[in-house]
Amino acid sequence: MSKFTRRNLIAAGVVTAAGASGLGVAVKLAKHYGLVPPDAVGLYGAGETLTYAAQRILTRHSMAREFTRSQISTSPFANEVAPLGEGFQRLQAEGFADWRLTVDGMVAHPASFSIAELKSYPCQTQITHLACEEGWSYIAEWRGVPLSHILGLVGVLPQVRYAVYRSFQPDWWESIDMADALHPQTLVTHGMNGGDLPVAFGGPLRLRVPRQLGYKNVKYITHLTLTDSLKTLGKGLGSAAPEAGYAWYAGI
Amino acid sequence: MAEIPRPRHPSVVRVTHWLTTLAFFALLVTGVEILISHPRFYWGETGNIATPALFTLPIPTSRATFPNGYSYMLPDQNGWSRYLHFQAAWIAVLTGLLYVGFGFLQGHFRRDLFPASSDLSLRRISRVIAGSLRFKRPSEGEAWSYNVLQRLTYLFVIFVLFPLVIWTGLAMSPAVASAIPGAVTLLGGQQSARTIHFFVSGFLVLFLLVHVLMVCLSGFRNRMRAMITGRATKDMERA
Repeated sequence: MSKFTRRNLIAAGVVTAAGASGLGVAVKLAKHYGLVPPDAVGLYGAGETLTYAAQRILTRHSMAREFTRSQISTSPFANEVAPLGEGFQRLQAEGFADWRLTVDGMVAHPASFSIAELKSYPCQTQITHLACEEGWSYIAEWRGVPLSHILGLVGVLPQVRYAVYRSFQPDWWESIDMADALHPQTLVTHGMNGGDLPVAFGGPLRLRVPRQLGYKNVKYITHLTLTDSLKTLGKGLGSAAPEAGYAWYAGI
Repeated sequence: MAEIPRPRHPSVVRVTHWLTTLAFFALLVTGVEILISHPRFYWGETGNIATPALFTLPIPTSRATFPNGYSYMLPDQNGWSRYLHFQAAWIAVLTGLLYVGFGFLQGHFRRDLFPASSDLSLRRISRVIAGSLRFKRPSEGEAWSYNVLQRLTYLFVIFVLFPLVIWTGLAMSPAVASAIPGAVTLLGGQQSARTIHFFVSGFLVLFLLVHVLMVCLSGFRNRMRAMITGRATKDMERA
């Protein structure tokens, strides 16, 4: 059996000190490069930071897999949502003619877009996979305007780090970093499988973030805010998901 | 100065063993919690309750999207379960890297796990299996080492089951799938990855049960002492 010799103790001390200062430097670097997620607090902060940092380094520019037309799910599943209420039904009755996507925050030209205006912008279709954290999934063809196009129109200020988006449903709001916000496949989606986006799947407007799980793909979006910090929003954890106990970053 | 006897298990093996135990327990509990929100499995890229299943576990669930015919629901704890699952996965992976690095560099695999080529005959292996089935107590020499069956089992767990459970876990991540699409297509799709992840986890649990059973049968206190302090028993020291 090994003994606690003076040499062993000194070696253990040196290793511990090196480990602690290495960890300190790693945390400083991670903060500097924006690799610490907003919900990196408490018991699971370390694991969440490792996941987010590793995936940001590995996947900053990677493209979500696209599938062939024959792989589109014939039975996509529309997850249940809370009742949308009378206000929504009134808008729906008028074919969402009065629906607006308001873009504000740290932008040069705050603006508000109707569905018709959004449809007049350069269109992108993608056949991508949507997976729920529960374990089920489907593939659909999504059509919409790349979020990066809208961000170009409003002029994002250089200090912006996050895009915050809100649903017509109160209390459903999410945010993504600029790597995802400017990603070419992040789509302000208004069409699905060749038609308008059905209400059950988030119509008239849903944000598709195909490199993250379903709950980041907020349905019925009405509001987009560009910001340099998530600290003052809600409980300061970044979005509604961590306030309900779920990870802010859902790339896994 | 008296010669210090070699510990039964090197300190790195002991530390990584218990870290893995801790991480595995966390992964298992949270994995089950995540699973019960949709205890239905598919093959290929996609699957949901509107599509045919490969098989469905006849258990109650934690989510209204998948009622499964029971009159009650299990507690839905997916939030912290997912946080803990991934944190424990990091601990398991980093511990595993430390262990495998040590195993190769310090000769642990060569000395303790790679079977001697003379042991790799069907006759020898079947004799060890027959001995194990009769719960024959190991000889004194064997108590200091592993027999060929133990060696092959540990190697299978370390180099097949663990890498496979990590791979299939990562393949379920949409971001990892975007960076390394081949890691998903090679498995047959993301739902296939989920199904394989379930079965490999099942094999790991089976290994755990047999492992703990063997520890109990061959002397729980002595084996635990050897894995905690590194000290073998008086009997084993005489060997």
